[in-house]
Amino acid sequence: MIFVVTAFLFSAIVLYFLLGGADFGAGIIELFTSQKNKHNTRQTSYHAIGPIWEANHMWLIIAVVIMFVGFPVVYSTMCTYLHIPMLIMLLGITARGTAFAFRNYDAIKGAHTQKIYNRVFVYSSFVTPLFLGIIAGSAVSRQIDLHATSFLDAYIFSWLNYFSVAVGLFTVALSGYLAAIYLIGEADNEHDVHRFILKARIMNILAVVFGGLVFLASEVENIHLARWIFGNPVSLTAVIAASVSLAASWILINKGKRKIIRIGAGFQVTMILLAVGYMHWPYLLMVKDGQNLSLFAYQAPENTIRDLGLGLLIGSVLILPSLFYLYYSFQKRGAAEHE
Amino acid sequence: MNDFLAARSQMAISLGFHIIYSCIGMVMPVFMAISHYKWIKTGEPVYKNITQAWSKGVAIFFATGAVSGTILSFELGLLWPKFMEHAGPIFGMPFSLEGVAFFIEAIALGFFLYGWNRFNKWFHWITGIMVGVSGIASGILVVSANSWMNSPSGFDYVNGQYLNIDPIKAMFNGSWFSEALHMTIAAFSATGFAVAGIHALMIARKQNVPFHTKAFRIAIVFGAIAAILQPFNGDISAKNAAEKQPAKLAAMGAYFHTQPYSPLTIGGLPDTANKKVNYGIEIPGLLSFLVYDNFKQPVKGLDTIPIKNQPPITVTHIAFEIMIAIGSTMMLVGILYFVAIWKKRSWLSKKWFLNLFILSTPFGFIAVEAGWTVTEVGRQPWIIQGVMRTSEAVTPMPGIHYSFYLFTAVYLILSVAVVFLLSRQIKMVPELYDRKTELELI
Repeated sequence: MIFVVTAFLFSAIVLYFLLGGADFGAGIIELFTSQKNKHNTRQTSYHAIGPIWEANHMWLIIAVVIMFVGFPVVYSTMCTYLHIPMLIMLLGITARGTAFAFRNYDAIKGAHTQKIYNRVFVYSSFVTPLFLGIIAGSAVSRQIDLHATSFLDAYIFSWLNYFSVAVGLFTVALSGYLAAIYLIGEADNEHDVHRFILKARIMNILAVVFGGLVFLASEVENIHLARWIFGNPVSLTAVIAASVSLAASWILINKGKRKIIRIGAGFQVTMILLAVGYMHWPYLLMVKDGQNLSLFAYQAPENTIRDLGLGLLIGSVLILPSLFYLYYSFQKRGAAEHE
Repeated sequence: MNDFLAARSQMAISLGFHIIYSCIGMVMPVFMAISHYKWIKTGEPVYKNITQAWSKGVAIFFATGAVSGTILSFELGLLWPKFMEHAGPIFGMPFSLEGVAFFIEAIALGFFLYGWNRFNKWFHWITGIMVGVSGIASGILVVSANSWMNSPSGFDYVNGQYLNIDPIKAMFNGSWFSEALHMTIAAFSATGFAVAGIHALMIARKQNVPFHTKAFRIAIVFGAIAAILQPFNGDISAKNAAEKQPAKLAAMGAYFHTQPYSPLTIGGLPDTANKKVNYGIEIPGLLSFLVYDNFKQPVKGLDTIPIKNQPPITVTHIAFEIMIAIGSTMMLVGILYFVAIWKKRSWLSKKWFLNLFILSTPFGFIAVEAGWTVTEVGRQPWIIQGVMRTSEAVTPMPGIHYSFYLFTAVYLILSVAVVFLLSRQIKMVPELYDRKTELELI
């Protein structure tokens, strides 16, 4: 059952990265859109994510619950040493979710109030994935010091380092990339299609640049990411697959194959997560002095894992069909006729 | 403010706000579905308008409740890492199921809000019902996790070790039923009265009277029935507390000395130094009666509990008194409503009658907050009753008071924003929801 539980944990993280990431990305794209096109971008992303965005964020809840039920020591250690970035991420999630809902459900669409919602929405859409990436980077950066005595060492330098920040920026770029690819298929005129294609290209270039930064920073911080990734066949294959799909989508993006490039972008990001996930499997948390918290060594007692696994299996029977039907129903344009 | 107090305050603030958002988020969809049903059945446009107006409220509260719930799921670990380290595997089962229910709620809400004119009308209606059903299920599951903290079960605590864990037994602990029932009924009565009160205000102002009257009637029926039922199940809760948490029950009644014909003190200010209650009215035998159904049998008083294991008595007692006073008032108002419906229909349009409901708007939520204070403060100094102290669970990170100030500000801003948005929704009812059709204008 432990494999069922870890499979769910990994899937929840991947799905949150893909779906939640694309959601955050929509805000990032809006942030980097010129004033005259902002309205169109906003409309397109409202039509695209309006019905599904709440569900997209549920994967985070699922991942957190699996963590604290199934791997409580790993969870409580992360919560203690990464308290500050988690707190900022929470503020980001709160600001983003409410600003998105409020700007749609404010009965009076006043220019001034809409401006406030929009600002909060775009900046929090940037900050949240940045800190999600920082948390993920910190978890494997070996900078968490369980024996730290000073506040700075224990609670600040655990996450404020080149590597974690580079992972954060990389996450932002990938989120923006996913969103731009998604929005290409949702745009209703040629002008917008071209804008989103351009955005996707810029985000893709940024992702490559920040990805390079991650490797560079890992050398500075003595993490040897390159040796890990290229040293094992699964991660290496995943990285190659991601690169191939990057190149392929670069070419296909102009051909108007919206389904293929969506799948390609999703595949690309999944492969990146697989590469890093497999590389330090089963260690979800790697701390200073080589003490790594293995998901197997620190799993909850057998009964808990069994019941959690059963709960997740039953839950997915209920969730997945309805979730697919939701996506299927609203994938076509003209989704926002709810007024 | 020390870190421990700051952590407790931050948790209290977070839950204090979340409980309001989530009560409304789980009950409003039910009202919405009733109105939706009436629209499908009768074809009267006013019911469609009410459904759509309420659905905006549901969307606003769901979004706010979802983020404040996300905050809480992280805060459990951020503020109480030692608690989660040990409790997670034991009481996590309802949380994982709640994750599922919450997910279904989000999916159903997507279908419902964006599904007008897209789906078969009954499918659309059922998605609305599912929002309510999964919302109520989430509420019950979360309360079941909380009740485990009050009556821990499903494990053996041996020499500081948590052994033989049985998550299912932990979920169905001794208090889960009484707490879940009490909370669910409280959510219906608080939300029913709040929604009805707002519509009553609009009726009193003579705005869109038919619209607001129909909305008022749907909400108040739920509110009134729940308010009338609550005292009876409050009795179940009291018996449960006596069995599982005698210290909490004694603090609720500020009942210091164990004695036969145990009295219940109404009102009053506890004087903990001299172990007595000033200015209160003692009703001999009532506490015995509530707990044991006879007037004589002595109930365990605070003198049986070592001082270091006693909860803060004054706060628990006063919160309890507020809950009882408001609960009783709401029950009376609820009864008056049914009297009006069956015997005195002329009252329904009287100003004093409307004013009664306008005045009652916040009552339910004040009672909910008071009741929540009783259950949480009344459990102190324990985070897991009799097993782990709250002070042992707190994070080692210093400077928590900054995060307390930050989150207090966040919740205040959120609440101001929600009130602002709702008032705008209500203000726009004539333009957005209750428009005169062209036929009526001619």
